[in-house]
Amino acid sequence: MSNLKMPEVEQSVLSRRDDIVAALRAIVPGEGVIATEREMKPYESDGLTAYRQIPMVVVLPDTTEQVSRVLRYCYDNGIRVVPRGSGTSLSGGALPLADGVLLGMGKFNRVREIDYENRAAIVEPGVTNLAITKAVEDEGFYYAPDPSSQIACSIGGNIAENSGGVHCLKYGLTTNNVLGCEIVLITGEIVRIGGKHLDAGGYDLLGIITGSEGLLGVVTEVTVRILRKPETARALLVGFPTSEDGGDCVAKIIGAGIIPGGMEMMDAPAIRAAEDFLHCGYPLDVEALLIVELDGPEAECTHLMTRVEAIARGCNASVIKASQSEEERLLFWAGRKAAFPAVGRISPDYYCMDGTIPRAKLPLVLQRMREMSEKHGLRVANVFHAGDGNLHPLILYDANKPGELERAEAFGSDILRLCVEVGGVLTGEHGVGVEKRDLMPAMFNDIDLAQQQRLKCAFDEKGLLNPGKVFPTLHRCAELGRMHVHAGKVAFPDLPRF
Amino acid sequence: MLRSAATRRVSKHEAAPSFETSAFRALLRMRVVHGCGHRSNTMTDPIKPQSAQDVEAAVQAALADGRTLETVGHGSKRAIGRAAQWDGTLDLSALAGITLYEPAELVLSAKAGTSLAEIEAQVAANNQQLAFEPMDFAPLLGTEPGRGTLGGMLAANLAGPRRIKAGAARDHMLAFSGVSGRGETFKSGGRVVKNVTGYDLSKLMAGSWGTLTVMTDATIKVLPRPEAQESLGLFGHDSVDAGQAMRLAMNSAGESSAAAHIAETAVKRLPIASLATNGRSVTAIRLEGVPPSIAHRRELLRSILRPYGDIATLDEADSQALWRAVRDVTPFAAAATGVDRPVWRISTAPTRGPEVGALLTASLGAEVLYDWAGGLLWALVPASEDAGVASVRKIVAPAGGHATLIRASAAVRAAVDVFDPQNAAIAILTRRVKEGFDPKGILNPGRMYAGV
Ligand SMILES: Cc1cc2nc3c(=O)[nH]c(=O)nc-3n(C[C@H](O)[C@H](O)[C@@H](O)COP(=O)(O)OP(=O)(O)OC[C@H]3O[C@@H](n4cnc5c(N)ncnc54)[C@H](O)[C@@H]3O)c2cc1C
Ligand SMILES: Cc1cc2nc3c(=O)[nH]c(=O)nc-3n(C[C@H](O)[C@H](O)[C@H](O)COP(=O)(O)OP(=O)(O)OC[C@H]3O[C@@H](n4cnc5c(N)ncnc54)[C@H](O)[C@@H]3O)c2cc1C
Repeated sequence: MSNLKMPEVEQSVLSRRDDIVAALRAIVPGEGVIATEREMKPYESDGLTAYRQIPMVVVLPDTTEQVSRVLRYCYDNGIRVVPRGSGTSLSGGALPLADGVLLGMGKFNRVREIDYENRAAIVEPGVTNLAITKAVEDEGFYYAPDPSSQIACSIGGNIAENSGGVHCLKYGLTTNNVLGCEIVLITGEIVRIGGKHLDAGGYDLLGIITGSEGLLGVVTEVTVRILRKPETARALLVGFPTSEDGGDCVAKIIGAGIIPGGMEMMDAPAIRAAEDFLHCGYPLDVEALLIVELDGPEAECTHLMTRVEAIARGCNASVIKASQSEEERLLFWAGRKAAFPAVGRISPDYYCMDGTIPRAKLPLVLQRMREMSEKHGLRVANVFHAGDGNLHPLILYDANKPGELERAEAFGSDILRLCVEVGGVLTGEHGVGVEKRDLMPAMFNDIDLAQQQRLKCAFDEKGLLNPGKVFPTLHRCAELGRMHVHAGKVAFPDLPRF
Repeated sequence: MLRSAATRRVSKHEAAPSFETSAFRALLRMRVVHGCGHRSNTMTDPIKPQSAQDVEAAVQAALADGRTLETVGHGSKRAIGRAAQWDGTLDLSALAGITLYEPAELVLSAKAGTSLAEIEAQVAANNQQLAFEPMDFAPLLGTEPGRGTLGGMLAANLAGPRRIKAGAARDHMLAFSGVSGRGETFKSGGRVVKNVTGYDLSKLMAGSWGTLTVMTDATIKVLPRPEAQESLGLFGHDSVDAGQAMRLAMNSAGESSAAAHIAETAVKRLPIASLATNGRSVTAIRLEGVPPSIAHRRELLRSILRPYGDIATLDEADSQALWRAVRDVTPFAAAATGVDRPVWRISTAPTRGPEVGALLTASLGAEVLYDWAGGLLWALVPASEDAGVASVRKIVAPAGGHATLIRASAAVRAAVDVFDPQNAAIAILTRRVKEGFDPKGILNPGRMYAGV
């Protein structure tokens, strides 16, 4: 793979591989330990397939106690561990290490408790996002965050990445919908955080574990908030002659005090790809297409649809279509939801980016992206969580053509730097992983990054959990903890003293 | 430590003029008053930084001298929390001003000492709000109302009745910059509402009571204010029935944004005449949104709640007054009950709330006000040397959740654990996290836990 530096392989660990495999088999019997290259192949990468690495060994525990013993063993023996859920990460968060244990959490697939009265469900981390909704939908409930990968991705992975979905503008990201969890620290210690009550009594550890990309602990149980399903949902399809008009419309909808259940935008190349793929009735003569979904009681949807339509008309909308049935609403969404595979049809490969920008900068960013597209000689299609400014440019390339992957990556980096330059961030929902790791300095200076790493040190002093992810440089915790104040000696001799 | 080295150089070569700020003058003044490097347990003049750089200089100076600092926003409620002592006070109230407000992007940035009142007025002028409904503790504590800063609000992770629908301060904090106990300025997060770049340190700041970092700037998410609101009231129920009714409402498609239960004694102290004179307990459900939606949901809830007897509708004004009273716990206001009677704040699972409340009443004679559909209890207990701490902990622990002693005399707060004692694993993590931010323990040490 292109120039990705991972932590140097510990030969002393690799040379003990047979012993290690045997010791792990003693903890997780039977098929729970996989050690042949052929059987480990499916684990060599996650959703960011450009990066691949066969791990030293794959372990698939199915009890918290096994997780605890595996981690303790690794801790005692200085062995690195990479947690993995369903392997759909788009940032390489679950990329294995050659000298590491890949800890697959797929066997943790039970729903442990559903507590409608407290609007909570307790599930194991390997349960898929959609399976939570499936488990509660007969009672009219659902789990709100809905990443497009929801049929496959695990709730443990969602916690690790703080995943979002098209409904997160109104209903929040994973972090806003999780009440508690059980994690196992690298020392094997089992820690329970939160529960069915709200907020932490002390530091909000749940808040930092969510989005920590598997670097702080292994999640073995999750308590999530479940919500009553809205009575109705209706969608509005709006086409605009320019992306400026589309962006303007989004700002005006929010400015009018309306927070839609979902608000998604696509640019011309993405619209065409989706329409060619699914024939969902998208207009092809527009530069920007907006899908606005309003949910709640029928009366509310109707009322707000009228207002959104009026706003859209005032923003030069050239096409406005309101869904007249549930089928039509789903059809409107089908194209957007299948945007990735649709783009996959028009190009051998595509590279999905995930920056967030202040929405007002959209026209500027799209313009600059067109220039970059010419510079790098690669096409780009854009889908956009318009409500919250989260942009997913899809860069089209062909991995079989020499140099194209590298160009796609360079193009992607340029886009993300642009996001930061206009006041946005490197990643809105896919995480840093290995993919954006080396771009972190575009957003954070050394002090910022060192402070984040000190949090890592509080949980994993030896740096054994998922090293090589998120942080561009690895520092030893001892070095990070050093303070230049010593007893009797003053560190800042020239500062005014009390 | 590059940064401190740089600072050192500046102050050496350019001497005083570059630090010609009031913080610098305060530092100098304190040197004169207290001598060099001597710890002092007496309250010194607060250091009042005018800029983020001043904050950094002040923390570095404290660090160098091994002096502890208490951070205050408006400091209107300093006498609360664990009673601890600090060598100096860092008063952030001059670090004020909204620096960015983009209503259409739903974000607002301000310096940490900006008054909450100013922020709320600004966003209200754009028909927006802080959706988590931060409470004003003034009535409860008998202090000056309308005080409080952005930094204090975030550090306390405040949240009001809408917590059950919209989250707490933690859920709306997007970014901050501040000075760690290492004397280093750092930042985290971004000024957009969707961001997963790096650890979400904002969550850690929320509810850390200034023990990790002195925040100098913060960015929060702001949301549209509902166009209208009204509330439904049920009367005369005990907390168990009320709990059921509230959960029924919350679990329906009624999309309530708050549910609270106020017992007879407390009802008399409500500022809503029709309720106060009615003399029966009130169980209230709030509806917010666009009028056609409220109308629909009102009928839905009325039919669901029919088994609970008469249902009154509180109009917009009464509804507002009621939820402000619940938010600020005015039935237990210092003026109404006397400031000596301790008040506990307990968060538990909604189904466990009524049982916890009943036990508190039986064992301590507590008066209990329920918010968050029964998941938040405000318990007013008789004045005593320990505020009934042992009973409170014993009752809350099996139910799950946490209890914080919010109001009590300094003597009581010195004698009992104000925050929930932590189990060993969490306590170790807490201490390690603290060490990562403030290894010398100079920022608000002991405010939450001894040694943290
Ligand atoms: C256990 C406990 C219970 C409390 N209960 C109440 C209560 O019931 N009512 C009440 O009014 N207050 C209470 N407080 C104090 C808290 O001050 C407020 O609610 C707060 O919002 C008041 O705002 P303020 O700006 O005046 O903050 P302050 O009172 O000045 O500060 C509040 C807290 O935030 C910290 N802080 C302030 N600014 C910053 C900053 N920029 N960076 C980092 N930390 C900062 C302070 O160190 C303090 O811990 C309590 C504190 C504790 C520890
Ligand atoms: C087609 C497609 C569409 C997508 N759409 C979205 C979208 O709309 N929104 C969105 O946010 N993301 C999206 N994603 C990205 C991805 O699905 C999410 O990041 C998801 O949360 C990853 O879950 P996973 O179970 O596959 O985790 P993995 O890929 O297995 O792992 C992801 C990270 O989580 C860690 N991890 C996994 N399980 C645990 C555990 N139990 N304990 C500790 N750490 C753990 C891993 O170490 C790794 O760092 C999409 C991906 C694809 C392929």
